[in-house]
Amino acid sequence: MNAVRVFFEPGFFASGPVHVALVIGAVTAIVSAVVGVFTVVRGQSFAGHALTDVATTGGSGAFFFGISPLVGFIGSGVIGAGAMDLIGVQRVRSRDMATGIVLGSATGLAALFLYLDATKSATTGATQQILFGSIFTIDPSTIPLVVILSALTLAVIGLIYRPLLISSFSAELTRARGINLRGVGLLFMIAMAVSVGLSSIAVGSILSTALLIGPAATSVRLTSSIRAAMVLACALGVVAAWLGVLFAYDSFYWIPSSQGLPVSFFIVSLIFVFYLVSGLSIVRRGVDWLTRNNLPIGSTPALTSKAEL
Amino acid sequence: MFTGFMVNAWEAATIVATVAGVVGFFVVLRGSAFPAHAIPNGAFAGAAGANLIGLNPLIGLGVFSLGAAFGIGALSRRGRKDAVTALALVMMLALGAAFLSLSTQYEPEIFSLLFGEILGVSSSQILPVALLGVVCIIAVGVLYRRLLLTSLAPDIAAARGLRPQRVETAFLIIVACATTMTVPVVGALLIFTLLIGPAAAARCFTNRTERAMLGSVVIALLTVWMAIACSYETNWPVGFYVSVFSASWYGIGRAYVAWHTTRVVLGEPPASMEVG
Repeated sequence: MNAVRVFFEPGFFASGPVHVALVIGAVTAIVSAVVGVFTVVRGQSFAGHALTDVATTGGSGAFFFGISPLVGFIGSGVIGAGAMDLIGVQRVRSRDMATGIVLGSATGLAALFLYLDATKSATTGATQQILFGSIFTIDPSTIPLVVILSALTLAVIGLIYRPLLISSFSAELTRARGINLRGVGLLFMIAMAVSVGLSSIAVGSILSTALLIGPAATSVRLTSSIRAAMVLACALGVVAAWLGVLFAYDSFYWIPSSQGLPVSFFIVSLIFVFYLVSGLSIVRRGVDWLTRNNLPIGSTPALTSKAEL
Repeated sequence: MFTGFMVNAWEAATIVATVAGVVGFFVVLRGSAFPAHAIPNGAFAGAAGANLIGLNPLIGLGVFSLGAAFGIGALSRRGRKDAVTALALVMMLALGAAFLSLSTQYEPEIFSLLFGEILGVSSSQILPVALLGVVCIIAVGVLYRRLLLTSLAPDIAAARGLRPQRVETAFLIIVACATTMTVPVVGALLIFTLLIGPAAAARCFTNRTERAMLGSVVIALLTVWMAIACSYETNWPVGFYVSVFSASWYGIGRAYVAWHTTRVVLGEPPASMEVG
């Protein structure tokens, strides 16, 4: 029992907010990881991050107009994704700029909404809450909705999986197969916007980007198959989220007379460390060796994502 | 509108817009919008950290923005640049969240560092801003041809023995420098808008590099001047007006391109961006 005490401070397993945080953390980590692998291989990390800020703008707007924050977060994300597509997100050269223009406009609007929110309600907590969010203060009643929307996002990714995979690697093959490149790209952007909006409202904008890009970038480095990368990214994301919640809970006891360190700090640090460690050659060789042993006899170890096409 | 504290605001805004116009031109040309967003945003965490241990926030801003520039430069050698930038950004923001949770007074601090207080600039802030601005412009002047070559003609750059990674890191350091000077004045979110919008708009109007850069500075200046005037009249945040005006300029630019392309189709020779 004492060994357990070292890792889990008293009350960890009995705490309601901790249960909610563990469930929400796992759900958002899994959806973000699946969407994130495609985000990373398609080179749309900037758009994925920008959509969190766009969603945040929607959140502050919803606060001002008094509508549901969930509608604000997800609605503005979808509008932002559409605007990026309109300006030219499908061409690699103008993608960066299109994202930048949308992000700049969204932050300007956020500045206005936060200013109006502050003058309207005089509650100073709004900025802090909207910008940083907290996994420990989620209303348990929003869990079912978050889970349903997450499942929907995963279903959309599942539906467009093959065309999405093909269009992520080869534009020629996409055309040869008669796939609508722009349509698939737009559908993916919308799925990404919903996923990012959900995670922004559930865990805050910092964690949203961290869970989207971090585990995916780490696992894409370590495996050469897109499915293996998704499984690994989900595992890494959930491990980081759960350990982060545990450390944040424990940190209430580490520093006397403090309110503890934020959970986002721990989750992001873990994700960052995972990424750095995955760059070490010994880790790559180890994962290579492990996956090689698991492959059926006769298959080539140099399994590439293109081979899956 | 042109007296007292407003004089400082006009001066600071003019310096910031000039530097943002020049640096922004290369940000758009090189496709470095994400680092240009990540460095100022992450640097705000440095200010929070400096605040916590009782240092001048400028030191924290400088350390974090330079750290971000070197970090993104070093890590992107062995990974995807956009993913690395995202990770560096969230790591800095998470540190910022930790610093803020440890300090007792946070709310107005966050707001002013993210959104800036250009109408509250004091005259003692003008000199450091101007000095760092001059440093940035000189650095761009020194690296001018190298920056152009590595972004427009990578093969010629390689033939001349230029290392694109080094040039990129050097450029990110310029962005970091511009950031340190501008974040306390205009805020982390606003500087990004000023870096992207005017430069993207200017590129729509001309294919010549010098003209595009000059146009970028002119549009950035018009944007901040109009924004300050409107903000003064209506009391709404400057950042809102800056983003509205930059987005409008870009819209006008795109409309001009659309009109121009129809003319090209009708018989005018197409043009492409020229080096030098």
